Parts: sequence; C-alpha cells; structure tokens
Amino acid sequence: MPERIATEGIIRHVAEIIIGELKLEDITPDTFNPDMDLVDELGIDSMDLATIALVLQDEYKIVIDEDDYPKLKTVRFICEYIEEKLTAKH
Amino acid sequence: MNTISSLLNEDWHERYRRIANLNIRSSIYDLTNRCNLRCKGCFFFSSGEHIVTEEMDIEKWEHFIDKEKARGVNLAILIGGEPTLCMDRLEAFYKRLPTYCATNGLIKLSRDKFPDMMVGISLWGGGEDEKVLRGKDTFAVSSKNYEGDPYAYYLYTVTPRQVGKIEPVIKRIADVGLKVHLQLLSNDESVDGFYWRQGELDDLRLEMDEMLDHYPQTIISSKYYHEVITTGMMLGRRFGWQECPSVTESLDTRKPPVRRLIHFYRWAADLKTIHRCCTSATRDCSTCKDGAAHMSWIMVNKREHMNTTRDMQNWTEVYEMFAKLYRLIPW
Repeated sequence: MPERIATEGIIRHVAEIIIGELKLEDITPDTFNPDMDLVDELGIDSMDLATIALVLQDEYKIVIDEDDYPKLKTVRFICEYIEEKLTAKH
Repeated sequence: MNTISSLLNEDWHERYRRIANLNIRSSIYDLTNRCNLRCKGCFFFSSGEHIVTEEMDIEKWEHFIDKEKARGVNLAILIGGEPTLCMDRLEAFYKRLPTYCATNGLIKLSRDKFPDMMVGISLWGGGEDEKVLRGKDTFAVSSKNYEGDPYAYYLYTVTPRQVGKIEPVIKRIADVGLKVHLQLLSNDESVDGFYWRQGELDDLRLEMDEMLDHYPQTIISSKYYHEVITTGMMLGRRFGWQECPSVTESLDTRKPPVRRLIHFYRWAADLKTIHRCCTSATRDCSTCKDGAAHMSWIMVNKREHMNTTRDMQNWTEVYEMFAKLYRLIPW
C-alpha cells in the first residue's frame, strides 16, 4: 500500500509539472489521465520533453539520459522511470 | 484542452503519427570554402563566412563527424561552398550519418558511391536570372547530371523577377523527372531589381498555391508554408531574431528561451568556428526569407497549432514536407 501511495504521489507530481511547464489549460492533476500518450495525444515534442526532464531531474535528483526520452511516453511510464532511478540510487 | 485526436480525424492522426516520432537532430556543415560558382546574393561569400582556414586532413574530419554523431546529430546537412568539390569529406559523412548534400549540380555525384544520399540542387530562377545572378544557366548542366534521380530534387529559389513566370521552370523540372521545393531569394548582396515588395509576395503566394494544385507530383510543398514564407507571419507572430529556431545552440543567448532546433549547430570548414545560424549573421532576420528556417519555425511550434483542426493539419503538412525533403517518409 505505501508503494502504491508513493507511485500515485509521483504520478500526480509529474502531472503537475507537465501542466505547469507546458501551461496546459482546462486540465488538473486530478483529471490528467496518466496513460495518455504524451506525443500522440498531447502533442508534446522533444523540446517540451527536455524542459520537463530538466525539472524532474532537479525535483528527484536523478539524471535523465536524452536517449531515454522515447521511453517517457506517458505520465505512468515517467513515474516508473523515476522509481527505477530512485531504486538504483539506494 | 485540445488533444491530437480531438482535432484530427483518423486519417490525419495516422499522418501525424508517421512524423511525430522522427526526433530529427540536424546540424549544418560548411564542407568547403571553395565553390565553382560565385553567385550574386550568396550569403556564404557576401558575409565573409568563407574566411576560415579549411581543414584539409580527412582523418580530422572523420574524428569530428564521429564526435558530432556522439553529440546526437542524426541528420548532417552539407553546404559550402560547393560540397561536391570534396568527395572524400562527403563520403566520410555519408558513411557515418544520414546525409543531405546541397549542391549546384554542376558536378555529378556517383550513385555507385552514394546510392541513396539526398541531394538538393540549387536553382535561382529561370535561365535569364541564373545568368544574371550565377553567371550561367546551371539547369542545363544539373538537369543532365541528375535526370530521373530518385534521391535528388531542385531547390528553386524564386526571385522577385520570377513572379508570374514560375510555371515554365516547374515544367522543365517535371520533364526531367525530378521534384522541386520552392524558396525565396533573400538578396543578401542587394542586387538591383531583386528586392521583394509585399505585393509581389502576395502574388507569388497565389502562384505557388496554384502550381502546387497543378503539379502535386512534382512540387514538395504546402500552402501553409507558402503563407508563412511570403507573409513572414505565423499564428499572428512575425518571423525575426526572437522567433528563429535555427540558431546555433551555444550562441543562443535569447531570453526568454525561444522554441528552437535542439542541439543545432552550424560548423565552418575549419571544424572549429561556429556560425550563428543556418544562413548569414549579417542578414537582417526581419527580412530573412530562408525556407528551412521558416519551415523549422512552424515545426517547433507544434502545440501552438493545437488550436483548431485546420491549424493542426497545416502543421502536419509542413512537417510532412520537411520529412519528404529528406526522404524520412516516402515522396
């Protein structure tokens, strides 16, 4: 259960970051579908992803390799990626 | 909030998907300072960008290209000078990276050596304009060298004198089995009679649209690109230094940061000097007509086009045009 809470917390935080950085309107962290394809539906491009990655790196003290950007297709995948990086650190 | 699927029907969405994940990281390389033409209005010579000591050691070029590849570049755009004067350097790029060669077409590239290298052949109007601006009618030679070549097309730089007269040029190109992309002269050397007036640009836009309707198999273009390049406007914004996406990354100090090509550099032939942008730093950005810069300007502003279905279709068509020019998707 705590793991689930942690995951949901990261999902919500990532959604907040995306909404804030991309100045998305008419959407909140609560209504953000974590499985929505960020490129195919939200229209995010690699510059957007680079902007988001910079914030995530600062927030979670991790390094996000540019080669990994294609993996970051949804908020849920980003969350899993962050969790993997955090686990590897400890 | 608009999403792609709320704006595009399934056909358009499929077209979007085909180009949305290409993730191109291009950079431009002056392959040489030499040219076998001296065209009036060539930014390379008029701005003095050729005044660097050209690196002659092919091993240093090879090492440099390897480093560029490691930097993430996945499309090398070779200009000059005339790149075909340095076949060994062309080959060094071609063996390592997807490579595009911008040439005047006077020297034929061996298709045995470079079977699928994309070639853009410059053409500055019809025969008379070519003689005035370039000293000769290059089409007579380049069309023989590249007739029917599936990996070559003309980059037709339309001049103000060509307005109302571009169809014969398009037909000549179609007749030799090649395709063409249209761009506009920037008149960097202030040649008399080659300045643009807005009325001419308005007429040209209509003419380019009409040509695209008549020659859809020959012209690689889009009407939205015609609109943006002839008006200098996109979504109510005017093209200029504060908007241009094709600025060398390490020289880009603009605040706030501008939407731009990621990791884009333009390197001089000494492999040390970097140029500010894809054309000349001496050019007035507010009057720059560079086709690639305008195309990229549209492409890097994807989400800004997610307002209406028409805007998103326009964006998709321009990205498709770019992808076709480099054969990233089929013609």
